[in-house]
Amino acid sequence: MAEVKDSQPLEIQKREYQKMVQEVQPRPTVGRNVFWAFVVGGLICVLGQLLLNFFQGRGLPLTEAGAATSTVLVFLAALLTGLGVYDEIAKFAGAGSIVPITGFANSMVAPAMEYRGEGLVLGVGARLFTVAGPVLVFGIVTAWLVALLYYFFR
Amino acid sequence: MPAPKKNGLQTVWFQNPPVIISTATIVGSKEGQGPLGHTFDKVVEDNYYGEDTWEKAERRMLKEVMQNAIQRANLQPQNIDCLLAGDLLNQIISANFVARDLGIPFLGLYGACSTMYEGLALGAMLIDGGFADYVLVGVSSHNSTAERQYRYPTEQGVQRPLYASWTVTGAAAAVLARQGNGPVITHATIGKVVDLGQSDPMNMGAAMAPAAADTMARHLMDTQRQPAYYDLFITGDLGTYGRELALKLMQQKGYDISDRFSDCGILIYSPEQDAHAGGSGCACAGVVTCGYLIQEIKAGRLKRILGVATGALLSLCSYQQGETIPGIAHAVVIEGR
Repeated sequence: MAEVKDSQPLEIQKREYQKMVQEVQPRPTVGRNVFWAFVVGGLICVLGQLLLNFFQGRGLPLTEAGAATSTVLVFLAALLTGLGVYDEIAKFAGAGSIVPITGFANSMVAPAMEYRGEGLVLGVGARLFTVAGPVLVFGIVTAWLVALLYYFFR
Repeated sequence: MPAPKKNGLQTVWFQNPPVIISTATIVGSKEGQGPLGHTFDKVVEDNYYGEDTWEKAERRMLKEVMQNAIQRANLQPQNIDCLLAGDLLNQIISANFVARDLGIPFLGLYGACSTMYEGLALGAMLIDGGFADYVLVGVSSHNSTAERQYRYPTEQGVQRPLYASWTVTGAAAAVLARQGNGPVITHATIGKVVDLGQSDPMNMGAAMAPAAADTMARHLMDTQRQPAYYDLFITGDLGTYGRELALKLMQQKGYDISDRFSDCGILIYSPEQDAHAGGSGCACAGVVTCGYLIQEIKAGRLKRILGVATGALLSLCSYQQGETIPGIAHAVVIEGR
């Protein structure tokens, strides 16, 4: 068992205390989290597929049907965020609701609502990308690196 | 010559124990639905409390409890010699702006979630030192203002870990006086900042538990008392796991308080309320002390308690720069009279 004593050097106290925290801290419910992430994430994908089939059935070519599907999913996620429902879903779904495009929409709308009080320009305008910004930055950098590799090694 | 009212290294005692002559509390709807819901003066269902921002809602709650506490003591704001108040927001704007409205000489405090007890300790010193007849102490916190400042936008879909705590929405105030009816403050132990290297801002219980144990053990050493002297040791917002850690640390310091150790953050919500480890925020220790604890002491069910409010002294900037989280805890002895 971890033992923290005032007589120990601070570094030892910190190490022992870290062990004690590990002993006490509850284990994350990985099994349940993975299950719900799979179910909810899967359902969002099923919805996407249904929408895609619908738009294709109405005569749109695949790429344009894809764009229309994304638009609808983004709209739905934004609406649910505005109604205060999306974060309740995410509490159970975790990555299942963060990874799909709906999570991206949520991460844009949430700060937009949050910073409305600080005005349209310095509030919403400046803070809109606080959560989504890093995703875009690293997404674009990765795409650029992959394109570079493709250019030299194809 | 040593200071005449100092006991040991960190504890002061009061010759004429200052009296808590009145208190007032307001909480949000989640706190109102909790097990202590009936002990609060007012439950506000609207998260905005009729204002257009959460910050203004928090301010309105703080102002209201202060006015109520003054009124209940049959006083006017101009009778109060000093206002000691603080909150969690940057530059303690809730307290500053309420002080602007009340027009009472004001000392702003920041002790994170320990601010209520920092205020009680300092207020008692001002009174017993002969510098004031009446001191008003007040604190506030709001779940939404704290979330947006320290963590994520409130509507952001994130999963909180099981050891995370939930910032209490509410405000509490108390009037301390040289004489009058009510529970008295007999001792205060000023805490040291303790940092045992915890760095997860979601796990504030673990960051603060060493400070809580340090202050409690120091108080017992300074006063040469045994744990059994108190009916209750109650920390501010360690939560379920932080309390367990503080209990272990106390055991290793040679004090067993397991049969008389609770935490305001654990009491304020029931497990079904999905608050995870428990409540936190300035208002957590504030409303539980000014509501439930004072009522229990007045009813005689508790005679003597050691209240220990805990604070995590981090900022968004400090943890983003990789700093660990310093903790602090201030203890105050409250006795029934």
